[in-house]
Amino acid sequence: MILVGTRKGLFFVEDGRIASVHFPGVQVPMVLRDPRDGAIYAALDHGHFGGKLHRSDDEGKTWEELTPPTFPPKPDDVEDIYCPMRKIVIPWSLKLTWELTPGGADEPGVLWAGVIPSAVFKSTDRGATWELNRPLWDQPGRAKWMGGGFDYPGVHSIAVDPADSKHVTIAISSGGVWQTRDGGATWAATSTGMHNSYSPPGQEGEPEGQDPHRMVVCPGDPKRAWVQHHCGMYRSDDGCDTWVELKDVEPSTFGFAVAVHPTDGDTAWFAPAKSDMERMAADARVVVVRTRDGGKSFETLTNGLPQEHAYDLIFRHCLDVDSTGDRLAMGSTTGSLWTSDDGGDSWATVSEHLPPVYCVRFG
Amino acid sequence: MPTIGFTANVAKYVDVSPPRLTGDTVRAALEDLFAINPKLRSYVLDDQGAVRTHVVVFVNGEAIADRATLSEAVKDDDEIFIAQALSGG
Repeated sequence: MILVGTRKGLFFVEDGRIASVHFPGVQVPMVLRDPRDGAIYAALDHGHFGGKLHRSDDEGKTWEELTPPTFPPKPDDVEDIYCPMRKIVIPWSLKLTWELTPGGADEPGVLWAGVIPSAVFKSTDRGATWELNRPLWDQPGRAKWMGGGFDYPGVHSIAVDPADSKHVTIAISSGGVWQTRDGGATWAATSTGMHNSYSPPGQEGEPEGQDPHRMVVCPGDPKRAWVQHHCGMYRSDDGCDTWVELKDVEPSTFGFAVAVHPTDGDTAWFAPAKSDMERMAADARVVVVRTRDGGKSFETLTNGLPQEHAYDLIFRHCLDVDSTGDRLAMGSTTGSLWTSDDGGDSWATVSEHLPPVYCVRFG
Repeated sequence: MPTIGFTANVAKYVDVSPPRLTGDTVRAALEDLFAINPKLRSYVLDDQGAVRTHVVVFVNGEAIADRATLSEAVKDDDEIFIAQALSGG
């Protein structure tokens, strides 16, 4: 099954068709199937009424509303932090649940949530209750993190090391890549090698000023990771400690989404877009670029994707690969959903009429 | 006991009962409501207990001014009404 979160509801797709619709009219920025117990989690954004979290244990027949990640009362003796660009206060209040990731296989019931503003929450009881990770929230460097498309910075990528559940890597837009090796007690910035071309002169390489749009770590080869950054494409060969830029990839090194093969860390897919100023499909053609040699070369995949007057943008959570590495799914801002059964060589259209797509995940 | 009402747009998502509350301020009345119906809290208030940016709390048809502490007094025959502020699309 493919779970598709959109601006106007959650859609389940089976056998190439829309099988059911959930939460019609409500924004669904993130959805997760927990492979350990089969539960489906849906993060909702009601706009007026805030972020919510629901869980289904019966394939979406019924949903239970859970307590969403909630910030604790802000202590009076803690000073406000301001966005370094816009000088607005970063609130102690959930704006959006942007990422949901299961804990390790040895931690049943553990979930990690990445949210806007830039915080990580952990649940140990299948999402019933959540605790703010204070060591990350209290990082002095957080004052350098900033919002982009949203008013505040946010955590959009969380990867739990399959070999060590206490080793968790996250990516923040904008705030760089951070890692904990002790289950969240301490964190270190590991954005070395990334380059932010729009920073003031001399600050382009500052780890905390980096804007990774999406980070994925190969589950079967966790030393290998990939990032689609605001200013380029990157690969890590050392478990996200350092990053190597991939240059001269056509049609563009700008974009939001990236997916990595579940076992072959050399194989990754990106969904490029035309420049950060336009944010549309380059040349009005929807393409996926794929590398199978660790980024030495890329193929441009177009078979089955619209190649004229297509203005789709693929958001950061809208390109996913299943556990076989063969099946891909991709959704766009203009409501298109495509799938591939052959690693991206060819694509089939599921719909061109969905609401704007926020999240696509196999589950 | 002040009464409370909700826009149908809230009632669509979550139980909004009971209709009558105890409390002599808006905050006290809403805390009475949330004690009975905890899920409603996050629909009305943000994480720090202020009224959500896009929510309005009316008392007898007047939008409250103190959106951070909700200190306005309410009497037994007052009507609290909660609606969404117009925005979005």
